[in-house]
Amino acid sequence: MSDIKKFLYVNRRAPYGTIYALESLEVVLIGAAFDQDVSLLFTDDGVFQIKKDQDTNQGSGFKNFSSTYKALGDYDVNKLYVEKESLEERGLTVDDLMELTYEDEDDDWAEKSSIRLVSRAEVKALMEEQDVILSF
Amino acid sequence: MLHIVNKSPFEKNSFASCVEHAADGSAFLLIEDGVYAAIKGSSVADALGKAMAMGKVYALKSDVASRGIQAKLADGIEQVDYAGFVDLVTTNDRVQSWL
Repeated sequence: MSDIKKFLYVNRRAPYGTIYALESLEVVLIGAAFDQDVSLLFTDDGVFQIKKDQDTNQGSGFKNFSSTYKALGDYDVNKLYVEKESLEERGLTVDDLMELTYEDEDDDWAEKSSIRLVSRAEVKALMEEQDVILSF
Repeated sequence: MLHIVNKSPFEKNSFASCVEHAADGSAFLLIEDGVYAAIKGSSVADALGKAMAMGKVYALKSDVASRGIQAKLADGIEQVDYAGFVDLVTTNDRVQSWL
């Protein structure tokens, strides 16, 4: 079991203006096959990635990949940390985010939220406890 | 003058610089990640208020919808489609893009 490492994916970019958010999501899904201890952090403009109500059918030509975040729970990626200060700076609250859940196998498969609201100080500690940090 | 901003105001200072350099009577069009500047009650609300005091602030509807911030826009922001974008470019004497 000692070969399991703690991976943190740091998401700091908004979803459509650049390719970072989509690329991060692809890497997370691929990485999920390796049975590591995975966490995602949404900070700075990264919090916009999981904003609810994304609608790309109004002429933007973008592919709406926001629903893919809902599949993360099925890949045992269920620690989605969201920085509170980043939400506040952007006029958002946790209620503005999509409902992202997982089924807890240790609790009779009860459906639980994957979103963990954390302060900037807690993010600092979260980063310090990782073995590997991947930034997007 | 029409000022077009396409960068997130939380990542770059394009919008802030635009507002600081714009003259009274300017129009502002937010597109791409620039639409995030139109969110109500954010940390750039002061700059947004300043822009709205100088002239009309528009946001490209498809970019607003893609990002899911339709219900978060500040009062007074007018959403335009691509045809409206063209109208703004043709009715203003000049255009300046803040990249």
